[in-house]
Amino acid sequence: MSEIIRIRELTREYQMGEERILALRGANLDIRRNEYVAIMGPSGSGKSTLMNLLGCLDTPTGGEYWLNGQEVSRLSDHELARVRNREIGFVFQTFNLLPRATALHNVELPLVYAGVRTRERRERAAKALERVGLEHRMDHRPNELSGGQRQRVAIARALVNDPSILLADEPTGNLDSVTSAEIMRVFAGLHAAGQTVIMVTHEAEIAAHAERVVVLRDGRVESDRLTRGAAA
Amino acid sequence: MAFRTIRAQKLKSFFSLIGVLIGVTFLIAVVSIVQGMNRYMVDRFANTLVGANTFELRQRPSIVTGNVTDDVWLEWRRRPRISYADADYVRERLRTPATFAKFCEDRVAVHYEGKVAKDIHLVGTDASYFGIRNYEITAGRAFTTQEVQTALPVVVVGHELADKLLAGLDPVGKTVQIGGLPYRIIGVVAKQGTLFGLSLDKFAVMPFSAQARRLICPINILDALIVRTDGPTSMQRAMGEAEAIMRSRRGLKPWQGNNFAFQTAQGALGTWEKISKILFLALPGLVAISLVVGGIVIMNIMLMAVSERTREIGIRKALGARRRDILAQFVVESATLSAAGAMLGIGFGLALAFVVKALTPLPAAVAPWSVVVGMVLGIGVGIAAGVYPASRASRLDPIIALRAE
Repeated sequence: MSEIIRIRELTREYQMGEERILALRGANLDIRRNEYVAIMGPSGSGKSTLMNLLGCLDTPTGGEYWLNGQEVSRLSDHELARVRNREIGFVFQTFNLLPRATALHNVELPLVYAGVRTRERRERAAKALERVGLEHRMDHRPNELSGGQRQRVAIARALVNDPSILLADEPTGNLDSVTSAEIMRVFAGLHAAGQTVIMVTHEAEIAAHAERVVVLRDGRVESDRLTRGAAA
Repeated sequence: MAFRTIRAQKLKSFFSLIGVLIGVTFLIAVVSIVQGMNRYMVDRFANTLVGANTFELRQRPSIVTGNVTDDVWLEWRRRPRISYADADYVRERLRTPATFAKFCEDRVAVHYEGKVAKDIHLVGTDASYFGIRNYEITAGRAFTTQEVQTALPVVVVGHELADKLLAGLDPVGKTVQIGGLPYRIIGVVAKQGTLFGLSLDKFAVMPFSAQARRLICPINILDALIVRTDGPTSMQRAMGEAEAIMRSRRGLKPWQGNNFAFQTAQGALGTWEKISKILFLALPGLVAISLVVGGIVIMNIMLMAVSERTREIGIRKALGARRRDILAQFVVESATLSAAGAMLGIGFGLALAFVVKALTPLPAAVAPWSVVVGMVLGIGVGIAAGVYPASRASRLDPIIALRAE
């Protein structure tokens, strides 16, 4: 069994003044190594909450979350930072690059926090940029790059630490359809190379690129099916 | 990383470090000027008037810079004066090796062929005086012990006196009138410069035994016995011995105070030392005020930076930055900012000190410790001012931070 993610009865409550909001009401989900999963759902379905929990940006109120054989639902802030650094590669809708830093420096950042030496950092960041086809844009700043290029820098940054999962939150939300297709091709290539990819989206078209679609509703998994393109 | 951010916001950074800059500028400039004054006072003032490793046995202190009450003055004036016999008595009994010179002085007029130089400092002394004062003779020679013993009417003059009274002439061999008596100039002393703008070259030195002595001291009476030793320790020892010798000679009882005084370079510095002590006491207060203000400004700038860069903090956290990484980033940034301020302050402070040196007679001497203190204070203020904003940054929730615009 090579489950990279195991979620059992995961709940997350928020206190909004007097009111208690149950964003997640006992979600169960298993994701195996090298799967390509899209998580869908209408707004308020708990999609973002699940995303934050999967990304170890947040801790659950109840239930268990195992990531790569480690129970991460009870970890401290400090340990969670370490898990984010080593196990998770984030790709955001708005790219979230540091505007004043070059592409290379942006990609180096996770390695800085991993304590990698400068020379090795440079080499690994350059290699990651090559993987997304941006070897000739390393010294450019984000505002000198197109949307698609920016997202590819973000993908390179997500990959540079060899994470267990690539977690993409609406990765094409700010891109036109041509660029979206380009990014989807990058994802497909990474998936083909063995990368586990989890993508949160509300666009069915984008979700169709994944091999498995999980739909959330009211804080629970409503449906979990393979797409047509995926092998059984 | 810190440098990158600071470079990107040059103007804002500059304004934010003005407080630290002013504080450190002040520190460096004041310390340099006070130190310069100190050196000036020691080198020029005290050592010119008294001399290093030298003390004078006198009836009463000759350089009085503090306030003296009438009672003290009266007591001083009632004291017996120093006699030739006192001087010889001390010289014969002092065991510490030393050079001695009998010394009398006053201000007189010196005439030469109808011209007159007024307010000339006339000194009657021994041949050893030139060595004690480190006087260099540029023309002619100093007088000898034989000339003192035979009371010859010879005189060695200061540079300015020679220049003014005998302009264009070779002074050596000329005869001038002092108190109506003819004196032959046998030497000229090298230029001594000025002290607080007053010339140190308007003087004449003659054997204390020469005829004109009645102009400056009563017969058998001295203004001082000058004693020079070869170091500060031997000077203290010699002064102790001289005190004991004088007390026993004058038959003073243990409960009676000295009815004579010792004048030293150190003693002449007393008042100045008080002034510089006050300056040094006030300085930390002034520096502290501007550093506190500087620290508050930096803290505000850093708080602004944290709120402006919330998103960046979120990104860094998502990529694995721990609290302590974020904390360190902002503290280092703040310390770098402040250190840059301190560095500029050191530069401005030094510049200010040199301007003062160039434009006023006050000398300035840079104290290396003040530069170190300035730098340490600058960095310290930066760290202190950075901790609170940095800890706020480090505690931000990454989810909320990522959502920030």
